[in-house]
Amino acid sequence: MTYIAKPNVHHPSLKANAIGLTRRDYEGAITTLCAGCGHDSITAAIIQAFWELSIPPHKVAKLSGIGCSSKTPAYFLLEAHGFNSVHGRMPAVATGANAANGDLIMIGVSGDGDSLSIGLGQLCHAIRRNVNMAYILENNGVYGLTKGQFSASADVGSTAKKGEANAMEPIDGVLMALTLGATFVARSFSGDKHQLVPILKAAITHKGFAFVDIISPCVTFNDHEGSTKSYAYTREHKVEVVQTDLVPIRDEITTDYAEGTVQSVMLHDGSWVKLRKIAGDYDATDRDAAYGYIRDYQKKGEVVTGLLYLSANSKDIHDQNDTVDAPLYNLPYDQLCPGNDALQKLMTQFR
Amino acid sequence: MSRVNDFAFKIATANGTGSASANGLIMQAIFRMGVPVTGKNVFPSNIQGLPTWYEIRVNKNGYTARTPHFDLMVALNAATYPQDVAEVRPGGYLMFDSSWPLDDKLKRPDVTYLGVPLAEMCNAQFKGVRERILMKNIAYAGALAALIGMDTAIIAQLTREKYAAKQALLDSNAKAIAIGYDYARAHFECPLPIHLEKMDATRDSILIDGNTAAALGAVYAGATVGAWYPITPATSVMEAFKSFCMQFRRDPVTKQKKFAILQAEDELAALGMVVGASWAGARAFTPTAGPGISLMSEFIGLAYYAEIPAVIVDVQRTGPSTGMPTRTQQGDLLLCAYASHGDTRHICLYPADPTEAFEFAAKAFDLAERFQTPTFLVTDLDIGMNDWMVPKLQWDDSYRPDRGKVLSAEELEQAKNFWRYYDHDGDGIPQRSLPGVHPKGAFFTRGSGHNKYGAYTENAAEYQEVLDRIARKVQGATKAVPGPVIIQTPGATMGLVTVGGCHAACVEAMDLLAQEGIKVNYLRVRGFPFGDEVRQFLEQHEVNFIVEQNRDAQLRSLLMLDLGVHIERLHSVRYYAGFPMSAHHVISGVKAKLEKVA
Repeated sequence: MTYIAKPNVHHPSLKANAIGLTRRDYEGAITTLCAGCGHDSITAAIIQAFWELSIPPHKVAKLSGIGCSSKTPAYFLLEAHGFNSVHGRMPAVATGANAANGDLIMIGVSGDGDSLSIGLGQLCHAIRRNVNMAYILENNGVYGLTKGQFSASADVGSTAKKGEANAMEPIDGVLMALTLGATFVARSFSGDKHQLVPILKAAITHKGFAFVDIISPCVTFNDHEGSTKSYAYTREHKVEVVQTDLVPIRDEITTDYAEGTVQSVMLHDGSWVKLRKIAGDYDATDRDAAYGYIRDYQKKGEVVTGLLYLSANSKDIHDQNDTVDAPLYNLPYDQLCPGNDALQKLMTQFR
Repeated sequence: MSRVNDFAFKIATANGTGSASANGLIMQAIFRMGVPVTGKNVFPSNIQGLPTWYEIRVNKNGYTARTPHFDLMVALNAATYPQDVAEVRPGGYLMFDSSWPLDDKLKRPDVTYLGVPLAEMCNAQFKGVRERILMKNIAYAGALAALIGMDTAIIAQLTREKYAAKQALLDSNAKAIAIGYDYARAHFECPLPIHLEKMDATRDSILIDGNTAAALGAVYAGATVGAWYPITPATSVMEAFKSFCMQFRRDPVTKQKKFAILQAEDELAALGMVVGASWAGARAFTPTAGPGISLMSEFIGLAYYAEIPAVIVDVQRTGPSTGMPTRTQQGDLLLCAYASHGDTRHICLYPADPTEAFEFAAKAFDLAERFQTPTFLVTDLDIGMNDWMVPKLQWDDSYRPDRGKVLSAEELEQAKNFWRYYDHDGDGIPQRSLPGVHPKGAFFTRGSGHNKYGAYTENAAEYQEVLDRIARKVQGATKAVPGPVIIQTPGATMGLVTVGGCHAACVEAMDLLAQEGIKVNYLRVRGFPFGDEVRQFLEQHEVNFIVEQNRDAQLRSLLMLDLGVHIERLHSVRYYAGFPMSAHHVISGVKAKLEKVA
């Protein structure tokens, strides 16, 4: 229930970003999720990321499907258009919106039920099309709104609240995205804002489909012992292999890194993603190596996190279709209609 | 009775053998002789080797409906000989490939057999299996030309136009035509009593299929986003849209596209893309057929309730389920009118031919944006995939798209409040804002319960208020959809009512019935929801014959549901086995009802 208006009180000492807005200007309605829900931490990180990027909120379109995660676009960027669509079908809506208006800065928020079960096909094809958007998968391993059924991301052997163990193999969104040719693949944890915010900033800036899988514990149905998506389990088993920094185009690169420990990837707009290696042998621009690395750790029960793969030569849906730079939705009509003279000329071909 | 410029013939071949180009050539040659002509392609859901037929009707009076009576059968597929022989009208002709003898069981005393050794002659003249098969199918066009008196100069001109850049093909085509033509002239009395004579009745006309015309309508309406999933018989809508856009919609310098075509993973996604694109402000559409509408139902409900424009072209084919994908029907009338769960009612436009497919396709975008709701262009396989003779399409250059109540950045800036679902003007149509335009226009689009301000609600009164306003809004479309076509006949007391492609059969049936003293007034619905004119017409007659192509009398149900007209006034006349409606079906249906009433 997102009708509760949040009092918009600005503390005079709140810090303003480059366009004069405070973090408050990036907030939304009050959350109606359970207290302690991982999704709310992600919402906070999204707010932080947009604020740090100094993006005018109304230039953003925020989309979702159905489920707990899909409610969250109401809780950030009040001045952005939102679209809570149908279950598992947000990728199609986002694809159409992106085709119509390539200038929109798009963020999609989905969950593991929405993305990996009912919407698996749509997610796959949005990745293939490289729709220009940040796609956030808030991954808790259960269906929250329908009260605790396993989702397709539940690990083998992980138990439901009432003790039943999951027997089926999980679908791993990150491995799938790598396989399908995603140009930006990350995994993070809702409880690690320090890691998450820079990844989100890079995902929003990336041209193409930026897939961000975020382990986001469900405090009500999947935060118990026996769950592999709980706060305790994730804290204990997550392995950060690479740390992300986004250096926007307008900023001078000032960070000092020890030589050989940083990989730099330039994004389409000239900004840089700096990837500081924590695991010394990790290469975030090598798709196959990333896949193997994640698999190896998975076998040990560990969850590799960070910006795991980034392609420097991402061709988004508009590049692929070779559309004009101007957004299609408001091209002047006289550029679209060939007119009656052309029609009469054409008619001679039908005789 | 003179049978000059008034006969029908049918060509039976196997698909994938090049017969389509021969059939097209024959149609076009007759058309260029100035004689009204229509063709119906009866094809299998298959790529190569299965039986296929092409029916051509020549009619000097311009009747374009299918006729099931054939004066001449060109039987070139031994697999269908028995059926093809049976379909010849008594006193008619059957041309066959006499390279092989015809089974005596296939001989009818009331049919004249014309054997032409096509395979034998082509095997002698051409090399290679493929060329021999292809040229055999051109050679029959040559034989036909002699038999029905086609103008050879026109045929030569047409082949020159078609193969202008391919001299070798032009030569072999000309040779094959001559083989057939010369044989027929040498062995039969040419032309047959059923034959062509030049007229001047096609000067201002074209031969075009409805899918091509609908695609042109979308181009002229300014559609920029097309999303689709391939499905027979709608596929050629998007193929034509693409080809016209490549011709007309590219930047003259950069060659970049001013359109986006998205081939979706399924029809669910196709309509999702249309909804997303329309939400973002583009004119967007998807062409599909019945199975696609079933899959799209979820998004149709969202677009209806969240009030997002969407243009859906339904080229109907036979159902239920996969049905017969290559046969025609009007089986989606109810589906389109009420698609999706919950209370819905959708604007539908029903073209009768390619001209209306063109005009209504453009109109659909205006209605979808004006009323902020899914709008269906309901055509069918017969209209969509067959070549129809219609007047040259015309476009009014003073046309400007009706984008509806979309607020600009300036309007939003000046507005005191923006309430997405608020009825400002009393017409049930709220104001829209587009994403990315202005902070004051921002709101959260949702398919869940919402109040008139655009906020989430579970409040009974707030929910119902919005739902009732949407009903008023859609009802308002009765005055905006194309009105019915009405033909009043002096002295008539009964009504003949139909929809879409049955028009051609109905107007021909009216004339024939009148010759027997049965007079009817005529009405063809062209838009849903229906308006007062339709109600008045139905109530004006004690007996109305409702002619349509589906088993369950869906048009009759729609008329009753939407207008409250009593079923006793509405007598159903139906044909739904997959071929286009013919005057014969209408007349026999009407007469059967009349006998029952008497």
